[in-house]
Amino acid sequence: MSELTLTVMRLGFLAVLWLFVIVAVQVIRSDLFGTRVTQRGSRRESGRQQQAARQAAPPQQRQQAAGGRQRRNAPTKLVVTEGTLTGTTVALQGQTITLGRAHDSTIVLDDDYASSRHARIYPDRDGQWIVEDLGSTNGTYLDRTRLTTPTPIAPGAPLRIGKTVIELRK
Amino acid sequence: MSSTTNSPTHHTSTIGAIGAPSRRNTELALLAFAVLIPVFAYANVGLAINDKVPPGLLSYGLGLGLLAGIGHVVVRKFAPYADPLLLPLATLLNGLGLVVIWRLDQSRRLQASNTFVEAAPRQLLYSAMGVALLVVVLIFLKDHRVLQRYTYISMAGALLLLVMPLIPGISAPTYGAKIWIKIPGLGTLQPGEFAKIALAVFFAGYLMVKRDALALASRRFIGLYLPRGRDLGPILVVWVMSILILVFETDLGTSLLFFGMFVIMLYVATERTSWIVFGLLMSAAGAVGVASFESHVQQRVQAWLDPMREYTLSRQGVYGHTEQSMQALWAFGSGGTLGTGLGQGNSDLIGFAANSDFILATFGEELGLAGVMAILLLYGLIVERGVRTALAARDPFGKLLAIGLSGAFALQVFVVAGGVMGLIPLTGMTLPFVAYGGSSVIANWALIGILLRISDTARRPAPAPAPNPDAEMTQVVRPS
Repeated sequence: MSELTLTVMRLGFLAVLWLFVIVAVQVIRSDLFGTRVTQRGSRRESGRQQQAARQAAPPQQRQQAAGGRQRRNAPTKLVVTEGTLTGTTVALQGQTITLGRAHDSTIVLDDDYASSRHARIYPDRDGQWIVEDLGSTNGTYLDRTRLTTPTPIAPGAPLRIGKTVIELRK
Repeated sequence: MSSTTNSPTHHTSTIGAIGAPSRRNTELALLAFAVLIPVFAYANVGLAINDKVPPGLLSYGLGLGLLAGIGHVVVRKFAPYADPLLLPLATLLNGLGLVVIWRLDQSRRLQASNTFVEAAPRQLLYSAMGVALLVVVLIFLKDHRVLQRYTYISMAGALLLLVMPLIPGISAPTYGAKIWIKIPGLGTLQPGEFAKIALAVFFAGYLMVKRDALALASRRFIGLYLPRGRDLGPILVVWVMSILILVFETDLGTSLLFFGMFVIMLYVATERTSWIVFGLLMSAAGAVGVASFESHVQQRVQAWLDPMREYTLSRQGVYGHTEQSMQALWAFGSGGTLGTGLGQGNSDLIGFAANSDFILATFGEELGLAGVMAILLLYGLIVERGVRTALAARDPFGKLLAIGLSGAFALQVFVVAGGVMGLIPLTGMTLPFVAYGGSSVIANWALIGILLRISDTARRPAPAPAPNPDAEMTQVVRPS
């Protein structure tokens, strides 16, 4: 076999070997998988959302601070008095209680007339419990008045969400 | 296939898995390439040595192609989302190994030696057995998490495998290292290669349970997290075990491999750098301690520090010295950048173990630096795919197992290549897939099988989320 042929084969083989390596690396490049974060909408809007989230956070922080100094006459539990969950009680320990059909709510309402995130109940700085409607479809009623702003709840006052009625008790 | 739960009106970022295609066709194309390269090399060797295309070209090509094809079909059927690169890379390395082993079979000098046997047909048989084991692993191991149940059984199995070469009846000590056992009628087996996989399973299962205790319950001391004594127990046990292997089996490589694998997995499991510091200190202390009284290890260190002196002594006929380290270095040197061409080197002068421990020297001489770099990159790519699999795996056991297996693979390549190139003392280990040796090839195909299984689980698209009840409409109260 001539020297030339062998030299060509020798270099050719190295070239082919490296070609394989390069092809393999190309496959890796096109194969980068995993989670992908897609930015939808403008950056300004997402910034605004983050701001909104930040504004939503303070009540929770405050309520944690208030947890220690509860007033003497403050309600201690939340009782469901009407609806499918009748008899359910939730202890009030300074945490925010969310109500709605969403699975992550504190009280998951099995109620066709309730929204996914219907309302929330949280203590304010002084330990006073406040109910806030979260833009529900059918509204939240405290003593027959539809809520438009966060409102303090008096103990014993019926809070109606769809077919469910809730009271705070001592 | 992005799982978007947000309605289009919400302007938020959504996180979803990119639809991971199965990529089986890419794998098939790469496999065809990976079979063609060794066939080319085979023809090249034949033309260079005998001036004609070797008669066995078709059968070797078909044999390798058949193995690759079987592997591919089984992966397509049983692990459709597995990594597309692992199988072609392993096939290529195995094929190149076969060619170089066959090339050394053609050497007149080696044929003249009284221990000569045709190694290439046997290696092809071993490769077939390896692929068969890969097929068995893929068919019967439906989910790698099953292995988690056998954590302590695999520890016992690994210890048994490691002790076997010391049992007098079945042990087959060869050339100073007691790492083989005899299987009557079949030949010899290196149980350490299989113990590697069993130990990785044990470490993964053990560390998955204990990693929090190891990572969190520690005291800080000069920037290092010192683990509690009781958590240090297992690492000490593994250390003692690897030292005992070193002392009784005089097998430096296996000892380094096991301890290194454990330290890597410990680091990955706990994210504590202190483990690496401890591991390095302990392995250094152990190696120095053993080397101070074990003559076999001392001799290896001597040959590493001054290969030329070893060569001269061996030429003068002084017993217990080896000329191979120096010859391997000469082989690399005479290869230069582009090599002498396949079949045209003189690496067969290395003689004994030229086709197993020293096979990289033949690559170095006949393919040169360029070829050796490509080979090392192929190994690197296998390790990369293993680590990538570990990153993508969703369960901690799979992560640790993939890291352990690819770490062991990387360490093995490092120990062999470093030893042959004179970077570290030479140890009798086999270059995975390439070197002649049944146990190594079979065990490494099984290792690739487990990695394929983990990567299949990791890359499988997540099942569609359950329908969201929140998405139902709220009924509206209509005042009548």
